[in-house]
Amino acid sequence: MSPENYLHLAALLFTIGACGVLLRRNAIVVFMSIELMLNAANLALVTFSRMHGNLDGQIMAFFVMVVAAAEVVVGLAIIVMVYRSRHSASVDDASLMKL
Amino acid sequence: MNSWTHAQGVLETPQFEWVALSPTLIVVGAAVIGVLVEAFAPRRHRYGTQVVLAVLALATAFAAVVGLAADEHASTQAQVAGMGALAVDGPALFLQGVLILVGFVSVFLFAERRLEPAEHGRAVDSFAAQAAAVPGGTAEKLAVKSGYTTTEIFPLMLFALGGMLLFPAANDLLLLFIALEVLSLPLYLLCALSRRRRLLSQEAAVKYFLLGAFASAFLLFGIALLYGYAGTLSYAGIADVISGAPPAVDPGLAATMGNDAYLLIGGALVVMGLLFKVGAVPFHMWTPDVYQGAPTPVTGFMAAATKVAAFGALLRLLYVVLPGMRWDWEPVLWGVAIASMLAGAVIAITQTDVKRLLAYSSIAHAGFILAGVLALSEDGVSSVLFYLAAYSFVTLGAFAVVTLVRDGDGEATHLSKWAGLGRRSPLLAGVFALFLLAFAGIPLTSGFAGKFAVFSAAADAGAMGLVIVGVIASAIAAFFYVRVIVLMFFSEPQEDGPSVVVPSPMTTSMLGVAAAVTVVLGVAPQYFLDLAGQAGVFVR
Repeated sequence: MSPENYLHLAALLFTIGACGVLLRRNAIVVFMSIELMLNAANLALVTFSRMHGNLDGQIMAFFVMVVAAAEVVVGLAIIVMVYRSRHSASVDDASLMKL
Repeated sequence: MNSWTHAQGVLETPQFEWVALSPTLIVVGAAVIGVLVEAFAPRRHRYGTQVVLAVLALATAFAAVVGLAADEHASTQAQVAGMGALAVDGPALFLQGVLILVGFVSVFLFAERRLEPAEHGRAVDSFAAQAAAVPGGTAEKLAVKSGYTTTEIFPLMLFALGGMLLFPAANDLLLLFIALEVLSLPLYLLCALSRRRRLLSQEAAVKYFLLGAFASAFLLFGIALLYGYAGTLSYAGIADVISGAPPAVDPGLAATMGNDAYLLIGGALVVMGLLFKVGAVPFHMWTPDVYQGAPTPVTGFMAAATKVAAFGALLRLLYVVLPGMRWDWEPVLWGVAIASMLAGAVIAITQTDVKRLLAYSSIAHAGFILAGVLALSEDGVSSVLFYLAAYSFVTLGAFAVVTLVRDGDGEATHLSKWAGLGRRSPLLAGVFALFLLAFAGIPLTSGFAGKFAVFSAAADAGAMGLVIVGVIASAIAAFFYVRVIVLMFFSEPQEDGPSVVVPSPMTTSMLGVAAAVTVVLGVAPQYFLDLAGQAGVFVR
């Protein structure tokens, strides 16, 4: 099977993630959509690594996993903190500052 | 036998140029020690230990940068270090020097403990007693009563600074991404730690985090596509493939390097991620909210240092990796620069909050700096370096002034409360007026020298359109800077207006340094222009 199909899948997953960020209102779901985008990039990296026959892309994918884990730690800490003070994780409720 | 199932030969020990990498290593090492101090030192010793540690580390790191520059690493000895991951060259060392100085001065702003009224007999800083406690809840009252303080801010700030030092030096896409995350994640946390107005602060953190992570996902997908196009993550390797002359073409590369879609989309996504960090229109939406909500010392540090680091990374990407496709990105960045200058200047006129005003002014300045980037010449690079050095100290100073003007609810950021400030405390209002004049680019301030350098580089490169728009935007921007000065000096003070708190010598000296840099770079800029001029060449 041509590896290009994996690239199509990666692009599709990335788009789904981006739409999720723009359309969903719950901060946790928005955050999950961002993680989906990161993993779509991982899939693309690994596919390209296979196409080029070198390991750079796979190593990058490992680094991305570590970074994504660190991002989860920071992100959930912030979201949980906001939930505790507002009793809501909706990104629409966080609107004390307006233009 | 293929390369992912069998080891091909013996793994060699990587060669690291420890000396060339020492500035970053010192800062990150101090951050790690800072975490250990948080874990093991008794609470009452932490504050002093952290401040001394941060100051010592930054002083040593600055000495290391100066040593490397004196050793000709900025010119003839410029090299690519760390197995091709990091460039040690003129722009990298210049920006690292600026960043470390900004960090050094920011430590004093972070450590200030005389602005907030003492709680239960203990002096407190502008950061939350306990970040996890619900604002106004019993846990928070208990934390305040027991004298908790968030001294983690110092290691967090050093980690962010470590990422910023790597960002303009990154010479492959892997390090670019890692540096971006290392600088961003601590900043997201620092934004959430304000002592006053904690709901605003938390909201700023959520917005900054979600939008920042969104932008870095775009950057990452762009990196994946650029890697797919060129089959390598290194800047020089990608530039070779773009110019059509890679050293070796294997079948995989032959298949992908013909596909311009990878290159165009990948390049666009990576540049987009960097423009988000820079805060240029149309990726600026986070700037006003985050600048307003974050604790003011953090805002000052972030506004100054992030811009320096992100413009460094953007310069290297455009000048080293993508010069082969300048005809594709030049018109787009022209649009971004013009939109940033005009939108930043026009929207700032309508603002009533000092911090939001400074945020929109920073968007306009991102546009001015982009004009220098678009000169696409050695002069362009050195003018941008000079502008960043001048701008960062003005920004830090302006936000430091904001921390001092206070009323019963903490900082009085609404502009109407600043009326008549010049009559009540002429010195502070005078210093703030100096910073505003520098933002506006009035002669004899650093802002004028910076703007002149950037616009003359752009004009020499034939970008007259940008220069004309830039001058118009500067005139619009000068209007609202001068309006604040008029408000401070020529209107009656309010009855219940804010008072100016007398800070400790830390903030005073920090303000003195920022004002001195603003004046010196304005009156006698030649030495520093020469310095930036010598640092204007990228290593490949």
